[in-house]
Amino acid sequence: MLKKARIILAFLISTQLVGCANLGVQPWERDLLAKEEMALDSEGIDLGLDDHIYFSKEATSGGRAFAGGGCGCN
Amino acid sequence: MQLISKNSLTNKVRKTANVNAALAAATCALLGTSAVVQADEGLWEMDAALLYYGETERVTAVEGVFSAKKDFGDEHIFSTKITADSLTGASASGAVAQPNAQTYTRPSGKGQYVVAAGEVPLDDTFHDTRVQLEAQWTQPLWNDMRGSTGVHLSKEYDYLSIAVNGSLAKDFNQKNTTVSAGLSLAYDTIDPEGGRPVAFSEMVIDEGQFANEEAYQAAFDATRQTDTDDKTTVDLMFGVTQIINRRILMQFNYGLSMSDGYHTDPFKVLSVVNDQGLTQSLVHEDRPTERTRHNFYWQTKYALDSGVADISYRYATDDWDINSHTIDSRFRFNLSDNTYIQPHFRYYQQSAADFYQPFLLEDSSLPTFASADYRLGEMTAYTIGLKYGMTMPSGNEWAFRVEYYQQDPKNAGFDAPGALQQLDLYPSVKAVIAQVSYSF
Repeated sequence: MLKKARIILAFLISTQLVGCANLGVQPWERDLLAKEEMALDSEGIDLGLDDHIYFSKEATSGGRAFAGGGCGCN
Repeated sequence: MQLISKNSLTNKVRKTANVNAALAAATCALLGTSAVVQADEGLWEMDAALLYYGETERVTAVEGVFSAKKDFGDEHIFSTKITADSLTGASASGAVAQPNAQTYTRPSGKGQYVVAAGEVPLDDTFHDTRVQLEAQWTQPLWNDMRGSTGVHLSKEYDYLSIAVNGSLAKDFNQKNTTVSAGLSLAYDTIDPEGGRPVAFSEMVIDEGQFANEEAYQAAFDATRQTDTDDKTTVDLMFGVTQIINRRILMQFNYGLSMSDGYHTDPFKVLSVVNDQGLTQSLVHEDRPTERTRHNFYWQTKYALDSGVADISYRYATDDWDINSHTIDSRFRFNLSDNTYIQPHFRYYQQSAADFYQPFLLEDSSLPTFASADYRLGEMTAYTIGLKYGMTMPSGNEWAFRVEYYQQDPKNAGFDAPGALQQLDLYPSVKAVIAQVSYSF
C-alpha cells in the first residue's frame, strides 16, 4: 500500500517537474501577453497613488516596490 | 523580439509592448516607478492624474501627478515623475474619548483645541503640502542583463526624504523568466513644528495655572527637543517574473527593509487613565529606533479574451510584531475596442505592534515604548472601487476612478476600565477616493 502511494507520489512530482520545465511560451505565442494591459504595472500612476494612501494609513508598505523611506505622511 | 502592430482605431503605427516590455516593467515595478509600455522611439509618453482623498470628518487630500517617459533608443529609457499634494483636516491624536469635554494643546504649543464629550480626539490643525520628485534611468547592459538606477526626493514643511536606488535584472529561458535584485538607500530628516516631544513627557495644558505666558512657554519648552532627527532605511528586493503560459504571467518578490532612527510620530499622544477610565494626563508617544521588515509578494495577471484579471497577495512581518495580509484584485473588462470598466477590490488585515496600547493605566509603570496610534493597532480594511477608461481617436486615454475605503480598528485584547467601556475606542475611518487620469 505504502509502496503504491510512493509510486503515485513520485509520478505526481515528476509530472509537476515536467510541467515546470515546460513553463513559458514560444515567441510566436506572446500575442495576449504583449497587450499593454498585461504589463505588470500597466497602471503605474494608480499604483503609485494607492501605495501612498496605504503607506500613510496602514502599518505595512512595499511588496510590489521598495518599502522604506518616502515621506512623513500622517 | 519586437512586435510592430497597426492600431486599427487610430491608424497609428505603434510599437506594441511585448513580453520583454512586461518584464522590463516588472523591473521598474521593483523600483517603484511607472513604466507602462515601451515608448514610441523618440516620443515622450506622458501621464497626468488628479486624485481626491476625503475621510468623513478627518483628513482631506488632493494629489496631482505628472509623469513622463522616453525611450532614447534600444531600450535606454528615462522616466521622471513629479507629485504634489496638499493635506488638511483632522487626524486622530491617539488620546481616548471621555465622558466630558477635553482641552488639548496644539503640537506647536501655540493655542488649544477642545474635543466634545464622547468624541474621538482629533487634532484639527493637520495641514501639510508635499512635493515629490523621481527620476529613473534603465538600459540594457550585457547578456540579457538590464540595469536601472534612480533618485527620489520628497519634501514637506517639516520632513525631507532622499533616496537612491539601483537594480539589475536578467532574462533566462527564452525571456520567459526574469530574475532581479535591487537596493534602495533612503535618508529622512524630520523637524516638526514646535520641536520633537521628549518621550513620555506630559502635554502641557494652560488651564490658568501659569503666572504668565513666559512661564507656560518654559513649561512647554521643557517637553521639547529642538534639534532635527533622522532615519536611514536600507531596502533589498529580489524578484522572479515567470511567464506560465500564453495567458498567465506571475511575479514573486521578497523585500527586506531595515530602518534605523526616528520612527516616533511627534504629533501622537497616549491618555493616562485611572481605574475609572478617566484621563489624568496625556503623554507623548515613543517608538523603537529600529525596525526590520520582511515582505513576500505574489502577483498574477491572467489575460482574458476581452480583459485582464490581476490578483496579488502580500504577507508582511516585522520585528515590531506587526503581521499583515493584503489581497488586491483588479478585473478589467473591455466593453469595446476603446472602452473598459475595471472593478477593484482590496482587503487588508494587520495585527498590533507589540508596543501598541490604546491608553496607559495610571497605576502601571511606564513601558519602554508605547504608541496609541491606531495605525499600529489591530485592524482590517477594505477598498471597493470602479474605474472606467476610454481611448480617444487620437490614441490618448482618459480614465476615471471612484473608490470607497474603510478601516475598522479592533480591540487587540485590552480591557477598558470604567467610563471607557461606554465609549468608542476603535472608531472606523471611512474615505472616498476619486481620480481622473489622462495619458498622452
